[in-house]
Amino acid sequence: MKFGNMKKRSRLLLMLLALMSMMLLSACGGGEEEVPDQETGSITIKGSDTMVHLVSSWAEQFMNVNQGIEVSVTGGGSGTGIAALINGTTDICAASREIKPKELELAGEQGIEPVEYVVALDGIAVCVNPENPVSELSLEQLKKIYTGAYTNWSQVDGPDQPILVLSRESSSGTYVFFQEHVLGKEDYAGQARLMPATSSIIQSTSTDKWAIGYVGLGYAEEAAEKIKIIGVRETADAEAVYPSVETVLDGTYSIARPLHLYTDGEAAGVIADFINYCMSVEGQQIVEETGYVPVN
Amino acid sequence: MKSKAWKEKAARLIFTGASSTAILIVLLIFLFLFKEALPFIKDPGISKLFDTSWRPVSFQGESYGIIPLITGSFLVTVLATVIAVPFGVIGAVYISEVSRKYEREFLKPFIELLAGIPSVVIGFFGLIVLAPFIKAVFGLQSGLTALTGALLLALMAIPTIISISEDAINSVPSTFKEASYAVGASRLQTIWKVTVPASISGITAAVMLGMGRVIGETMAVLMVTGNAAIVTLSPFESVRTMTATIAAEMGEVPFGSEHYRALFWVGIVLLIITFGLNMIAQKVFSKYGGRQ
Repeated sequence: MKFGNMKKRSRLLLMLLALMSMMLLSACGGGEEEVPDQETGSITIKGSDTMVHLVSSWAEQFMNVNQGIEVSVTGGGSGTGIAALINGTTDICAASREIKPKELELAGEQGIEPVEYVVALDGIAVCVNPENPVSELSLEQLKKIYTGAYTNWSQVDGPDQPILVLSRESSSGTYVFFQEHVLGKEDYAGQARLMPATSSIIQSTSTDKWAIGYVGLGYAEEAAEKIKIIGVRETADAEAVYPSVETVLDGTYSIARPLHLYTDGEAAGVIADFINYCMSVEGQQIVEETGYVPVN
Repeated sequence: MKSKAWKEKAARLIFTGASSTAILIVLLIFLFLFKEALPFIKDPGISKLFDTSWRPVSFQGESYGIIPLITGSFLVTVLATVIAVPFGVIGAVYISEVSRKYEREFLKPFIELLAGIPSVVIGFFGLIVLAPFIKAVFGLQSGLTALTGALLLALMAIPTIISISEDAINSVPSTFKEASYAVGASRLQTIWKVTVPASISGITAAVMLGMGRVIGETMAVLMVTGNAAIVTLSPFESVRTMTATIAAEMGEVPFGSEHYRALFWVGIVLLIITFGLNMIAQKVFSKYGGRQ
């Protein structure tokens, strides 16, 4: 009697196991049958956190015009986007810096051929807490603050308070651009706080009285009530220039950069449609509305 | 009869297989980590890992010293444990020995709820509420410090410590306590001199598991510790933990680069530390005797 019971139980168990393995197998099979993105009319865009706002505005409008095409946008940083393009996990990569020679080499090894499109310009605004009396800094002073040579606001004609240096994480294109063009390729100070997102920099600058940070112009203008954007002097005795669409376009604001989209090979099909839309009058109008600078 | 023996064997095999899957997975993870990390020894050399600065993106030459990351994780973990243990152990004693039934029925669900809060939400709370608070209380320049991270982590470790310690305390035989009362000990004396010492192995295991949770936690520390990779033992400085480093940088590194391999070394160190913690917990457990 007891024995029979056990037998029944073990049989039940075996059946359960078989069922589970069948489910597992079918789940695996399902994954492989997916149709490639292009045919279903969907585009994935990944990359720069600075550009997420802009790219998702484009995507939204583009999907309104082209019903049936699905555009998904994710951030993560320019480096992340470029890595995704190289690994073939995204159709378009948004990058706020140029692709590095090292990355091009890696792409070549994977048989990927990145093609660059400059779709907008961006100024990088340097911001401080609204209560900070300092409202202008020269490029040289900024460099000294970020490399750790200056650690007190009194060294840049401010009050006697220690400077809290805020930077983005090293995966950010803004981090690399700032390092290259403001820090003169020198290293950031070890004390610099590396913030995981633009919003954390804005949050921290608005609550920490002696903080200094840098964010994309679009974000800075949106948060203008919480932070103070400071003017940048190209040399010690030049006039301070505040970042805006005009000053970035005419080149007087010194911390500005092009924003890129990268595709694998020349864009074709829906991807080309999307990029053409970005460059169109309508697309460039969105660039201006979101606080960036149009290229056309 | 023969087919029965065969069936027995098959069943045995299935059960052995199922129970050893965990071992297999751990081994495979170790193997994978080492496979990705090993080329770093040849180029640029293992000594690069012992630098005192972590600067993976640089025009001046990258450095991959994991010492600041280890001290960062160490500082946050120790602080969190120091904060969490008194709360956890006293809480567990209260729930299992002192509280009335209705209190227990009220407390336990809330502690379980605390354990269920996603760490991103806790991190968010830390960034918006706790960091400004810490800054104001200690008069700091910024609230993004090791202490802020440790407080959040303590919050996450407390439920683990309470529920496992409580189990241990509950399993102390009632004859122990009765004997203590019989010789005239008060309730407090019984708790601290008999019940807690008798369940010390379980409490230690609870603390170790709590530490395991703390050292492996990522999201909350990434959000509130400021992530500056400096070697420090001050709770008011910013630190960069091993977990936060991997989370922040893994997505960005070009596959197969030096930076990528260095991150795998960070993973290996992290794994070895949690392994060590588990070993210590087991040693303590067997030394004091899990079962009397």
